[in-house]
This record gives sequence, structure tokens and C-alpha cells, in this order.
Amino acid sequence: MAFDIYDFTTLTSSIHQSLSESLPPLAVEMIEWTLVGLSMLIFVALFGLILVYLERKVCALFQQRLGPMRVGKWGLLQTIADFVKLLMKELITPNRADKFLYNLAPFIVIIVTFMAIAAIPFAKGLQALDFDIGVFYVSAISSLGVIGILLAGWASNNKYSLIGAMRSGAQIISYELSVGLTLITMIIFAGTMQISGIVDAQASGWFIFRGHIPAIIAFIIFLIAGTAETNRGPFDLAEAESELTAGFHTEYSGIKFAFFFLAEYVNLFIVSAMATVLFLGGWQPLHFGSFEGFNQVMDFIPPIFWFFGKVMFIIYMIMWFKWTFPRLRVDQILTLEWKYLLPVNLFNILLMTLIVLMGWHF
Amino acid sequence: MKALIQYISTILQGLLTLVKGMAVTGHYFFRPKLITTQQYPENRQTLKMFDRFRGEVIMPHDENNHHKCTGCGICEMNCPNGSIEIITKMIETPEGKKKKVIDKHIYHLGMCTLCNLCVKACPTGAIVMGQKFEHAVWDRTQLTKVLNQPGSELMKDVKE
Repeated sequence: MAFDIYDFTTLTSSIHQSLSESLPPLAVEMIEWTLVGLSMLIFVALFGLILVYLERKVCALFQQRLGPMRVGKWGLLQTIADFVKLLMKELITPNRADKFLYNLAPFIVIIVTFMAIAAIPFAKGLQALDFDIGVFYVSAISSLGVIGILLAGWASNNKYSLIGAMRSGAQIISYELSVGLTLITMIIFAGTMQISGIVDAQASGWFIFRGHIPAIIAFIIFLIAGTAETNRGPFDLAEAESELTAGFHTEYSGIKFAFFFLAEYVNLFIVSAMATVLFLGGWQPLHFGSFEGFNQVMDFIPPIFWFFGKVMFIIYMIMWFKWTFPRLRVDQILTLEWKYLLPVNLFNILLMTLIVLMGWHF
Repeated sequence: MKALIQYISTILQGLLTLVKGMAVTGHYFFRPKLITTQQYPENRQTLKMFDRFRGEVIMPHDENNHHKCTGCGICEMNCPNGSIEIITKMIETPEGKKKKVIDKHIYHLGMCTLCNLCVKACPTGAIVMGQKFEHAVWDRTQLTKVLNQPGSELMKDVKE
């Protein structure tokens, strides 16, 4: 089996060929889907565990604490212990809750994150779904998650859950607009909605450098709106621990709670990955025009490390936001979106269009 | 036009203050030496409590087994929840005078809220707050302590 860490297309095509030799095409398709699904499942579970651990450690360092230290060296096994605990907890359904919707909600949230993660390009040839409307697909799918949150709040028969869910709805419907408009800004620049096309277009330079001023403005707005999309602090008023106990997932326990928890972190990954793809060049190495030696050294680092390095950088930035800024009130959140982000964004699209039309970019 | 300039400057100022806030937490993030968390049972040998920590009321004695308590009872009167009981006795000094001295300074740690009022009120500075905080015992009678050591006497130079 040919394995090349710089180009995964050889690996995938060799798997496809060796399967096709002995099996009918339909069976090959089924096996390949199962393989992709399994690897996504394993990736999400592992990455979720790592992210929870990282979040706790990063948060602790920002607050001059140590974070988990007791389970394993440096508390490395803490999240695994937590996960085992969550698996063994009783699943409680509240009295007079809408049983069907109550049980459905966590699955909607987690399925949506899996659907979105399928379109993420991890490295060259490592992308499960490559639609020609990839960016539109991701933004459409990730806005479905709020339905799960609204269902969870509504079906729990708990006023705190309902308030949390309604806040989340207001917030996500508002910030979806900002995310969409920044995506449009970058699509105007890239000229395509296909994710692999966007990544390929950045081989000569990342969009944040090539698109200069409007790209940087779009990047900042995307980071703010993306943080709001994932319901993380300072926009975490959907769960607002000090006000609403836990918001929409107050009544959930055990593995259903773990689904919400995992979905939050996978959404964090998806937002960071989209920021990486659109602004920081996806898995493309850092290249500067004519510095051949520098470019070759950068090419030596495999694309998958580039991708995860950039994603981790964005995740770190979003964690930094969460553990620095205080939570916004509902009216402040809506003011920020409708009075500041939206007008700036619309102006930014105009600016980007002008720059693309006049060819004032690199 | 004026409104537009104000609008843009509001945005820029807002961003600037956000960056300032992030600089503070970023400063902490890259300086692990500033971490204040104590890993208690592991660092028990080296743990040093801070100066103003109030662990319990103690009565310091010097090397000759002398303390500064005159038995005046002011601490007992000042204690809001009756954690201190002063028992005095009459002795005869070498000059033939009768004098009241402390017999037992009884301190109920189980009732004490560590409010520091007794220490503040003590006219001679005989009692202070100690640093010990591992007070768990098997029986609550062990929480009743006699602060003056057996056979101890009043220091010579303490004015009554």
C-alpha cells in the first residue's frame, strides 16, 4: 500500500484499486463509506478528548492555575476518566418532557457536526466530500445545529433550558449572517466555492496576505462571529452557568450530555478549520514570493501538520477570547452584530469587490 | 461625517481595549511561575502559609516556659461565640502579696470562627494566630485546648 505523507491521493487510490480487484463496485463504495465514517468517528472522539484537555489546561494557565494534575502525568488521562464516568451515568428523562424530541435533540446536534466535518480538507487528498459548493454546504449544515439546541431547550420542560435555547436561537440567527457575509467576501476573492479549489488557489500565498485589508477585516469578523456560532464565551449566554445553571442542556445527563459537549468542541474545530481554509491557506505551507530556500524548507513540513498547526492556532485564539472577555448581555450581543459587524461586513464586501475588479491584490 | 468618524473610532477603541485585556491574560499564559495553585498533600513538607493566615489561636511561650498572659479575661469578653474560657487562681508572691494569675486558658477550636477579635483585644499580645491548619481529629474533645503550658509562668516584664 503506497503511503506518502505529502499526498494522500496515492493512499486512497491504492485502497480503491485493491478493493476493486475482488469486489463489485457497489460493495467497494459501501466499504469505502464505512471506512471514511469510521475514521471520522475515531478522529472526532480522539480530537474531542484532546480539545477538552487542552481547554482545561489553557484556561488554567490564563487564570494562573494548574488545571487537572492528578489523573496521569500532568492530568493527561483526566478527560478519559471523565468520559468513562459520563458513559456510566444514568440517563435521566425529566417528568412531562417531550420524550421523542428530548431524545432526538443530542443526535441532531452531533449528526450536524459530523456532516460538516466531512467537507474539511485535512491534507492533500484527505477530504471526504468535495462539492463544488463546499463553502455554502458547510455554512448551511452548521446552521442546522441550532435546531437541536432549540429542541433540547423546548423538550426539556424546564424554563432555564427554554431561555437558554431561545437566546441561542437569537444569537445564531444573527451571527449566521456575519459568518455568511465573510464567507461571501472570501468567495469573491477566490472565485470559487469549492473547498479544494480555494485551498489550491492559496498555493502561491495565503488569502489573508494576498487579500490584505479586506481579508484581514473579514478574518477578524469571522473569528468573532465564529466564536458566537459555537456558543462559546464571551458569547456563551445560551448556557450562562451563573444565570441559567447550564442553559439548554441542563436536563441532560450521561452520554446525551456528552454529545452536546463533544458537539461544542467539534464545532470549535469546524470553525477553526474553515478559518484556516479560507484565510490561512488550508494545508498549504507558508510561501513568500521569491525566497526559494525558505519555500523549500516550508514544503518539507507535511501538509497535515500545517493544517493542524493552523487549526490549533485559531483554536488557541478562540480559547484566549473565552478566558479573557466577560460574557455579553443579550442586547449587547445583538447590538454588536446588527450595529457593528453587519455594516462593517457589507462595506468590506464592497471593498473586496472593488479590489478584485481593479486587480489591487497580490 | 462626524458621526461616521465617531463610529469608526468607537470600533477601533473597542478593539484596542480587547487587545489590552488579552495582553493581560497572555502575560499570565506565558509565565507559569506566577501560578498560585498549591498541590497540597504532595508539597506538605515545603508548604508555607502566608503571614496573615489564621489557622488557630496559640499562646507563644519562650524558652523558660514563660508567656505573656495576665489572665485579665478581655479575650473571653471579646469572643463573640464563647470559644475562650479563662480560669484564674490566687497565688502568694515572695513579698507576701496575693496576686491573681492565669490557671487555664481554655480554647474551644471547634467553636472558634477565627475572627481575630481576641488577638486584637489582648492588651499584652499574649495570644496570636497560628499557621497550622490541619485540625482534623477523631473526637471533638480533642478540639478543646489549654493554651498555657503546664507549669508556665507570666513573663517578668509584662505590665499588668
